[in-house]
Amino acid sequence: MTEFLLGAALFVLGTVALGLIRILRGPDDADRMLAAQLLGTGGVAVLLLLGVASGLGAVGDLALMLALLAAFASVAFVTGVARPDPPKPVRDPNALPRGDRS
Amino acid sequence: MSMSMSLGLVADSFLALLILGLAVWTIAVRGTYAAVVGFVAYGLLVALVWVRLAAVDVALTEAALGSGLMGLLLLRAAACLPRDAAVPASGRVGRVALRVVVGVLCAGLTAVLAAVVLQLPEPAPSLAAAAAQVLPTTGLGNPVTGVLIAYRAIDTLLEAVVLVLALIGLWSLAADGAWGGRPGALRTREPGAALVLLAQLLPPVGILVGIHLFWTGANHPGGAFQGGAVLAAMWAIVLVAGLAAAPRVDGRRLRLVLVVGPALFFAIGLAGIWWADAFLGYPADWAKPLILVIEAALTLSIAAALGLLLAGPPAAEPGPGPVVGAAGQLSWKEQSSTDEHR
Amino acid sequence: MSLALSLFTIVCVSLGAVFFLAGTLGLLRFPDTLTRLHALTKADNLGLGLVVLGLLPQVDWPLGALKLIAVWLLALLAGATVGQVLGSAVRPPPVSGAGESTP
Repeated sequence: MTEFLLGAALFVLGTVALGLIRILRGPDDADRMLAAQLLGTGGVAVLLLLGVASGLGAVGDLALMLALLAAFASVAFVTGVARPDPPKPVRDPNALPRGDRS
Repeated sequence: MSMSMSLGLVADSFLALLILGLAVWTIAVRGTYAAVVGFVAYGLLVALVWVRLAAVDVALTEAALGSGLMGLLLLRAAACLPRDAAVPASGRVGRVALRVVVGVLCAGLTAVLAAVVLQLPEPAPSLAAAAAQVLPTTGLGNPVTGVLIAYRAIDTLLEAVVLVLALIGLWSLAADGAWGGRPGALRTREPGAALVLLAQLLPPVGILVGIHLFWTGANHPGGAFQGGAVLAAMWAIVLVAGLAAAPRVDGRRLRLVLVVGPALFFAIGLAGIWWADAFLGYPADWAKPLILVIEAALTLSIAAALGLLLAGPPAAEPGPGPVVGAAGQLSWKEQSSTDEHR
Repeated sequence: MSLALSLFTIVCVSLGAVFFLAGTLGLLRFPDTLTRLHALTKADNLGLGLVVLGLLPQVDWPLGALKLIAVWLLALLAGATVGQVLGSAVRPPPVSGAGESTP
């Protein structure tokens, strides 16, 4: 069971690491935020798997804290803690599906 | 067993490469916000590394401070910069020589560090056994808390004081007219219903988790800094959602909360000179209750200090946030004030 | 009994891992931010949910299990909120001047 859980943790870590390509590529800061968000959730899953696999009970508290703070960065990012410049809020006009969605 | 060990090795190597790659990218990327997002992700990965090293205490601190609160702080800092100002794409061609010198110096430093690491004695010198041996006299079960509050209490006391000093430094950035007032709003845009709901649902759970982390810190990973950081985060989300305004920084009660932790720590430490014949010593039978009292007060002070650090310096009085227009409309009242700085 | 529980864990965790993979692929392959957001929330809700479900038999009852469930519920709340706030930030802004509606 330990091997399986470690393997699963590695697999999930691998997938969310793949998602980090979105952080590198963007194109938009909101897209990067999405990748960080996925890394947060994936990180929680990896932690839980690692914690059970290695019998570190306290990892549950860490996962709890990460889940608690999961929305933090995105919320800060979007509510304009980040961005006080109005002409171009959090979006890139080119990425908008405005035209092709009825 | 060897199977799981080799799997662990694969996971560790993968994690290390991932972190190095992300770190390099975060430094190299030109957009300020992209760098902040990279840093948040980097903090998460570092927390995973600490778990792999079985240092859950450090992982908790990294997750709360490094990834959670620092992300918010850096986003605020980025907002104070003109958009993409930190991108001197050209105009530095003449400084190639300087860059080469810096690069050579960095490479030299790295080489020296690598040499030192390679020459470390093989069974690393450790005080772990000695620390574990004396731990029962403190009544604690978590050796990290033992080190922080008993063996190296002076460090922790000074850290708590530094936090207050940092806050004083931040407050001193306020304009003269704004002194004593409230920190400016943590948002520039109307929060929206989903965020308000989150800010209503999350704090009760978060306060419970924060207190749990402080309480469990005596025997399991956790402690005052981690618990205080979670409490501060909950405060920050209430501020971001606009459910409450930050308090005036000249409030007597607020300042009491800020100093109660370090002051109590210092007072009990002084009393130790009579009780236990040493500054910051604890009498044998009273060690654990005293430590818990100190930790509780520290948790409160750390939460207040971190929350106020996030809230920023006091702003001019009539500006507790933008005037909210009709639902869904963005309002940019703060725009004028930010433009003046550009 | 123990074998059945182990099997349960393996099936659920594997399914959860598949959802993480699907979410990542969606994040990488979908054409714009809103559809990527859609992919992300699948990984958030189902991926983590199935991992938690699979781990439940492996932790001590009731505290460890309750903690796991709390983690999932918090992640759900965070995922839903992030979906809302990021989604409304990326969406084309409402035409100012109430009453107008786009066809």
